[in-house]
Amino acid sequence: MRFMMLMIPKGYESAAPGTMPEADAVAAMMKYNEALQNAGVLLALDGLHPPSMGARVHFAGGKPRVTDGPFAEAKEVLGGYWMIDVKSREEAIAWAMRCPASDEEIIEIRQVQEMADFPEDVQQAAAGFDEMRQSARDVP
Amino acid sequence: MDGNGLIGRHDGGRHPAHDRCGLAHRIPRLIAGLMRMVRDLGIAEECAQDALVAALEHWPASGVPDNPGAWLMAAAKRRAIDRLRRDQLLMRKHDALVHALEEALERTSFGAEASLDDPFDDDLLRLVFVACHPVLSTEARVALTLRLLGGLTTDEIARAFLVPEPTIAQRIVRAKRSLADKGVPFEVPGGDALGERLTSVLEVLYLIFNEGYAATAGEDWMRPALCEDAMRLGRVLAGLMPREPEVHGLLALMELQASRAQARTDADGTPVLLLDQNRARWDRLLIGRGLAGLARAERLGGAHGPYALQAAIAACHARAATADATDWARIAALYGELARVAPSPVVELNRAVAVAMAAGPQVGLDIADALQETPALAHYHLLPAVRGDLLAKLGRRRRGAQRVRAGRRADAQRARARPAAAARARLRQLIRPRAPGQAASFSDDEGSGDARRRLQVQLRLGRARAWGGN
Repeated sequence: MRFMMLMIPKGYESAAPGTMPEADAVAAMMKYNEALQNAGVLLALDGLHPPSMGARVHFAGGKPRVTDGPFAEAKEVLGGYWMIDVKSREEAIAWAMRCPASDEEIIEIRQVQEMADFPEDVQQAAAGFDEMRQSARDVP
Repeated sequence: MDGNGLIGRHDGGRHPAHDRCGLAHRIPRLIAGLMRMVRDLGIAEECAQDALVAALEHWPASGVPDNPGAWLMAAAKRRAIDRLRRDQLLMRKHDALVHALEEALERTSFGAEASLDDPFDDDLLRLVFVACHPVLSTEARVALTLRLLGGLTTDEIARAFLVPEPTIAQRIVRAKRSLADKGVPFEVPGGDALGERLTSVLEVLYLIFNEGYAATAGEDWMRPALCEDAMRLGRVLAGLMPREPEVHGLLALMELQASRAQARTDADGTPVLLLDQNRARWDRLLIGRGLAGLARAERLGGAHGPYALQAAIAACHARAATADATDWARIAALYGELARVAPSPVVELNRAVAVAMAAGPQVGLDIADALQETPALAHYHLLPAVRGDLLAKLGRRRRGAQRVRAGRRADAQRARARPAAAARARLRQLIRPRAPGQAASFSDDEGSGDARRRLQVQLRLGRARAWGGN
């Protein structure tokens, strides 16, 4: 099963554009990433630029509205993620506990939804959607 | 002690209960590290399990140590020393071993050395080669690999292959015994032997993957957990042997095939052929990884390895946004190359299909017709299906329709035979590398068991990509 390990660094919500982690923190993190890779569990990972370089699209009132970062209302923001493939939630937690994170960081672990996780009726709905796409396209 | 180890006590399910401590993934490296010292898989495995039990007892009170891997390794080594000391058959060589272990332990000021967390890559690689050693039967290699390297319980392996648990436990015990009896050294083979032995390792991983991708036993068509185990092992191997192009080729092949898993059946569980699949349901993450792995294999000079070539074929499908956009000329050329490096009638039949898509049905039909005399394909249902389809495309509708009907009858028979075959499978061997309904194609005089099994494997593997496959 797949899990996202979401890295939430405190203070990142107000970090200046272009803020980068320290070299020694990166070196420690690289060792951790290697351990994930050597165990065959790492599928993908990325670090994210601070929200001050991003934007949010709000849909309140039924109309998309864009605000540029930083976002005054945000208390916790993402700094990056790992996508891992492990056998259990416990193993995902065990991996997160090995992360050389600082006092200011939190890792949130969330399981990735698979089609089989959805209730029958949702699966049915999705299947109908697939068929629709199927017939709309001329497939030999 | 098989099946009674730490993980086994947690009911062995592949559910959260399976690994409450989240430590099971450390077992392979512990076993590998111990093997170097104790040279006995049974003892190494028990000591590794004991170390995990010790961790479960201590860590809740003392907290998780800074370096859990080193803590576990030290605990496991201490346990190994205790065992050897207590051993009634203590002999001179054991004395020497105990001394060596004690010295090793004294040198290990664990906790201080962060690098100790994963220091056992070489040992792990040795364990891979021991588990896939040619003195063992294919079934034993598969079971041992899943047990020692995949960290599965015997119960999990038994359920995955629909075989009684004691059968697997016995198979593993016997495998360990024959490794000890035959004095198989705990080493990575060197020189010329490496290529051959690596082939065996890759074959075991791909068999595990394929049992998950197109199950020969049981009523489920796929067993995704087995596919995931095989891919995880493939990633570990790619980390251990980063310079071996075929390791990356195999991993790429598995990831590219697995990317289609969600699209291979419709809501009722009916198989959907590759060209009819909803490509929106293909897993982009796995496709991206597969394409990158294939590029790595090619950069390492392995573009013509059998696994890299099959991955390249899978990549042609993965790159095509629609079925119409498939680069059939390239697929046909790749099958031509595959037929050169790993000749097989099934590859040739696949080539016929690809050539027909690229250059017209007549050219493909010529290739397929040439295969009619091949004894191995005499009862292979896809040959008449392919020929029928190509004939139909050429306008010879009557004969074509007959052959398509014959192919469909064979398919229906296979479908009907499935539940009965599943029941029989429970009583049979762990791995039966053949497509359902294919056994009849092979009489005993068609070659040695090995050659026949290889062909059966090819037929099965071919099924995943051939005309009727997906």
